[in-house]
Parts: sequence; C-alpha cells; structure tokens
Amino acid sequence: MPETLKNGLELRDVRVRLDGRELLAVDLTIAPGEIVTLMGPSGSGKSSLLGHICGTLPDTFDVTGEVVLNGTPLVGLTPQERHVGILFQDDLLFPHLSVGGNLAFALPSHIKGRENRRARVEAALSSAEMDGFYDRDPATLSGGQRARVALMRVLLSEPCALLLDEPFSKLDSGLRSQIRSFVFDLCRKNSLPTLMVTHDPEDGEAAGGRVIKID
Amino acid sequence: MLRFAPILTIVLMIGPVSAGLIGTVLPAFGILPALGGTTPSLDPWQALFAQPGLGASIRLSFVNGLIATAISVAIVMLFCAAWQGTRIFRAMQRVLSPILSVPHATAAFGLAFLIAPSGWIVRLVAQFAGWDRPPDIAIIHDPWGMALIAGLVAKEIPFLFLMTLSALPQADTDRTAQVTATLGYGKTAGWFKATLPRVYPQIRLPVLAVLAYSTSVVDVAIILAPTTPAPLAVRILGWLSDPDLGLRFMASSAAVLQLLIVIAAMVVWIAGERIIGALGHHWAEDGHRFRKDSAVRGASALLALVAAGAVVLGLVVLLVWSVAGFWAFPDLLPRGFSLRLWARELDAIGSSLTTTLLIGIPAVLVAVTLVLGCLENEVRTGKAAGRRAMLLIYLPLLVPQISFMFGLQVFFTLLGLERTLLSVVLGHLVFVAPYVFLSLSEPFRALDPRYGQTALCLGASPARTFWLVRLPLLTRAVLTAAAVGLAVTVGQYLPTLLIGAGRFATVTTEAVALASGGDRRMIGIYGLLQMVLPFVGFALALLLPAVLFRNRRGMGAQNKG
Repeated sequence: MPETLKNGLELRDVRVRLDGRELLAVDLTIAPGEIVTLMGPSGSGKSSLLGHICGTLPDTFDVTGEVVLNGTPLVGLTPQERHVGILFQDDLLFPHLSVGGNLAFALPSHIKGRENRRARVEAALSSAEMDGFYDRDPATLSGGQRARVALMRVLLSEPCALLLDEPFSKLDSGLRSQIRSFVFDLCRKNSLPTLMVTHDPEDGEAAGGRVIKID
Repeated sequence: MLRFAPILTIVLMIGPVSAGLIGTVLPAFGILPALGGTTPSLDPWQALFAQPGLGASIRLSFVNGLIATAISVAIVMLFCAAWQGTRIFRAMQRVLSPILSVPHATAAFGLAFLIAPSGWIVRLVAQFAGWDRPPDIAIIHDPWGMALIAGLVAKEIPFLFLMTLSALPQADTDRTAQVTATLGYGKTAGWFKATLPRVYPQIRLPVLAVLAYSTSVVDVAIILAPTTPAPLAVRILGWLSDPDLGLRFMASSAAVLQLLIVIAAMVVWIAGERIIGALGHHWAEDGHRFRKDSAVRGASALLALVAAGAVVLGLVVLLVWSVAGFWAFPDLLPRGFSLRLWARELDAIGSSLTTTLLIGIPAVLVAVTLVLGCLENEVRTGKAAGRRAMLLIYLPLLVPQISFMFGLQVFFTLLGLERTLLSVVLGHLVFVAPYVFLSLSEPFRALDPRYGQTALCLGASPARTFWLVRLPLLTRAVLTAAAVGLAVTVGQYLPTLLIGAGRFATVTTEAVALASGGDRRMIGIYGLLQMVLPFVGFALALLLPAVLFRNRRGMGAQNKG
C-alpha cells in the first residue's frame, strides 16, 4: 500500500444506538502511530464502538456513520477482512494451543513454509523477551507473559489498526506500567492507529495522546 | 449450507412426528388402504371400548405417570433445596451422572431382581426371618403398578437432577442462598421460597418430557407393570404385533387415546403447577423461617440415596445373575460362578452389539452435526430469535412414542423404506437429536464469545474459527453430548421394534424380549450388554479430552462439559 494512502482510522460521525437510545457519538481520525483514549462509564457504548469497528457487534445494535481504514470503508466487510486487531482485558489465549500455536494461528497464510513460519513466531517471542516459550502451555505463564503473548499474537496477524478494550485493568498495578509501555511502544513502532477505551485515567496519561471523555 | 441447519433439524424432528401422527389418526378412523380400509368409520373405537379392562389400563397409564413424575420431581427439588452447594451435593452429582447412561430397561431389570419375591432384598430378610421359600406375593407386576412407579422414579431422578443442575447457575442460586440464610431462613425453606420459582421454569420442559414418557412407557412397563390388564401402551404394542392385521385399526385408535391421556396428564400437571404456584406465593410471604430442617434434609438425602442405590445395586445383581451357577433361595450368592452362558451367547452378543452400533453411530453423528450446525449458525448470525423455534426440537419428547411410531412405520412403508436401516436411523434420530441439543447447547452458548471474535479479528475465516478454536475448546462437551446420544439410541425399544419391523435385533430389543421368559441369567447378560456401549461412550468422553489436552492445564477449567 502506498504511504500516501496510510491515512489512519477515520470514524466519521459514528453513532451507536440500542433500542432507539443513542449511547455514543464520535467523529475522529486516528493517525498511524497515534493512540487515542476514549474514557467513559460502563454502559456508555465504548466496547460496542470497538465491536462495530472490528465487525463483531451483534446487529441488535443500530450504528450509523462510516468507518474508514487507510481509505477503505470497513462497514460491510467481515471481521476477518478488516485487518483490525483487538485486545481485551482478558488475554483470551486459546487454551488448547501451545504458546507458539497461538502465535502461528495469527500468522497470515502468505507466510509460507513450516520452518519460515516457526522462525517468525520465534522472532516474535524473542522480541517479547520470551525465547524458548514456543511449546509452553499458555496456562503455565504469568500474567505479564500472557499479556505479552496476546499482544504479539495480534501484531503477527499484521493488523492495520489496533483496538484496546480496557487491556490493562486485570493486571497487577506493578505489572501494569510495564505492559502499558510495552504495548504503546509497539503500537507506535508499527505505526498503528490505536483506539483504547478505559476507565482508568492513568491509561490515558500513559498513552500520551488525545483523551476523549464521553458521558 | 450452515443457515439451513436449523430448518433441516426442525424438519427432521417435526416431520416424522407429524407423519407418524397422521399415519396413526387415519387408521384410527378406519382409513388404511394397505389393509383395505378406505371408508371412514368409528368401528376401531367401538372395538377398542369393547376391550376388557380398558378402564383399568387407562387408569394405570394416567395415574402412574402422574405419580411417578410427581415423586421424581419432589425428590429432586427436595434434595437440591436441602443440599445445594454442599459436598454431599457434589458427591451426588458424581454418582447420578453415570446413572443417567443406564438404559431404562436395564435399570428396570435390576430393580426387578432386587425387589422380586426371590430377589436380593427378600433373600436378605430371609436370612434373619428363617424363610426357606420366597413369599407368595406379587411385588413386581403388582396390581397397583407400584413397582413400575419405583422403576420410573429411580431412572428419572438422575435426569431431572442433571437438568436442574444446569439451570441452577442461571438463577444465581449461591448468592440467593446466602441472602435467605442471612435473613434467617432454613436452607430448605429458603431454597423453596426464593430459588425454586426461578429454577422451575427452566426445567419445565424436561419435567413435561418425563411426564409424557412415564405415562406412555412400554419397555419398563413390560418388565415391571401389572399384566392383567397392562398399561395402555403395552397393550397397544401387543395389538400392533398381533398376526391378525385387522387389529391395527383398533391399535391406532388406542394410540390416539394414549396421546389424549398424555395431553390430559399434562393439563392436570400444569393445573397443579398453577395451584402450587399460587399457594406457594402466599407461603413465601408468610415469613415462616423453618430454621430447624435437619430432619427434612436427612430424609431427602436418604430418598436420593435409595433411588441411586437401587440402580447401582440392580446393576450388581444383574452381573451376579449373568455369571451365576446354581443359586437356591435364600442364598445371598450363587453356589458357583460360570462364564458358560456368556461363552454360548458370544456370537449373538457380537451381532446384537454390531446392529446396535450400526443404528447408533449414524444417528449420533447426524444428530451431533445438526446440533453443532444449529448452534454455530446461532453464533454466526448473532440472532437469538431462532432460539424459540429451537424449542420445536423437543417436540418428539413430549409426544408418546407409541402414538406416532406405528404411523411412522406406515409412512415409511408408503415411501418403500420399510425395514431399512435408513428408516430406523431416522426413527432414532428423532429422540437422539433433542437430547444432544439439551446436552450441548448450554456449554456451547456459555463459551466466551470473545474467543471467536479474537480469532476472526486475527484474520481467521468463520470456518477456521469454528474448526480450530470453537470446536477444540468444546471437545469435552461435544464428546459428552455424543455419549448422551449414544445412550439414547442404545436404549430405544419401540422405534427399533416398530420401524425395523423386528429386523433389527439390538441389545435392548433382545433384553426386553427376554422379560417374559424369566431366564434370569440371560436377562443378566443382555441387561448388562445394554450398559456396555453407553458406558464406553461416557468413558471415552472423559478420557479423550484428558489425553488430547494432557499438556494444556487451561482446558480443564475451560471445558466443563
């Protein structure tokens, strides 16, 4: 994709309604590498907005407006065609696969060859300082390790934008700042337009980008 | 393809039931061209009402069905109320789950061997009373049908218990129990006043299925019920199997009558629900705490234990009889043991097991595929609207088997499919699929939807998400559902007998056929054989996930199926 088309994630007058009641309205553009924080109480439709962007929102919600990623309108595409990655507050590592299996699941099929794919996964583990974890059972990892594997898994799927749904709320406070900077650094390094929803003001401060409050 | 799964499933359930009912109602009014019935008439009904003892048969079916259901529901509710959330409750859960896989006929035979005048219980008493011959009273086939009620209760308790168990979490029962306890209510009273009204609506359908079953059961009734006269359903089977084909017309009107009896029993039951509901409402608000309920709790544990114990001991006595040499009254054990009969029957055993699997495996595979298709479709379309329609899948459990199986046989004959494997499998599927759905829908819907969403957002197609994420995560639930399905098909008596027109000798048809002969050693062998396949099924459902995911600790918590 030519660099000029990488104009980020645009939410044009997006309104989320449920049973005729408007939950949330946003109009914003997130540039590549920018991290925008959306803050608001629970039930304010923040997570529904993320579900709408990645295409998994049930159609009981009524959403209007356009979502455009690098010039491509997303509405109407299936989730797997959108190239939008999402991280939840739970890591949701697949418990039936090994750590490496989880990462290989995310690796696109155009990366061919068993050894080549394994090497890519090993490299990702290594960049998360988790060398030698390929065959480990995810259930045996620490909270911080699981969070890092979850992020590496999203990144390996080569997303064009990243959504964070209260991704740090279940981590110990000691671990939280460490994982935060790990995630945010990689978002910037990969030039991902990133939208984070949270109720923790510290998340927004740490992200260092725009903070939008909804009520 | 996937979006046709729900409609296909419903057609495969409703189709046979409707075709079967039509094929029963028409002959009931004289129309069955194959047997020369071309003009409508009421002759079948006149013939039916001229049958001796018809009133007694109707009473037996109607009253015993209601009583057996009421006792089963009462014991299960009482036990849950008294023990929910305790260690005894979890222990009972482990005991009752395997009992669910015991086919009805096996449990009935076991019970008969326990309580018969020459059964284990009397032999035990005889040791102390000094009897040297069995008492001359009818305990099984007793005129009141009490043995039948006991047999039904022992077998329905595990089913209703497990149904209640899966309804409990949705009613927030643990916290409700805390609230009632801190308000000063005894455990049992608190449960009845605050939890039961939320749990009962969820188990209503299974309860009605138990009522329909108990009111129209054939195989258990052949083994335990009175014979002069027998309950209506047993007599219908007799008329249907009579060499005099003319009796088919009367049998059909009797099958319609059986349907009306089940409907009447349901009306009575639902009226009872209303009355108890209204009375219970006042009772819940009258403030009585019933703080001291240890007597009630003890009694409920005892009742549940007796019910479970009867089935388990019954299995043991079947095993002993199957290898018994000479066994005189009142000895507690045979003088010698021998595998001679097992050896003699080896070929017959092999062929009846093969036939059972020949019907069972396709029925289970189709049922699991259909149910997975329906549930996966629910996830993909994100629509819960279809859920109400899925209630139709339970219809076959609410209509008495004997009322539509004969009609279905007539229908398959019209299609030229009589006595084929295909028609027998379709006949079984009608009962297997609802139970597979019952077993699988809860864990499937309970799976965290974000696993699927995560997989999709990682770029996996919906198919890949299903095969590589959802299905493996549900391995144990799917295998358990398949084992439930297998247990159901193995236990089917009427569909195999009527649709197969006697061509398919499964372990169950063989076992029930032995009932009238009274050869206890043979009954022991075939009663146990009925157990073998369901038992292997459940063992595999337990072992396979444990082996497959031995290095995946997270699968234990994830995969409670």
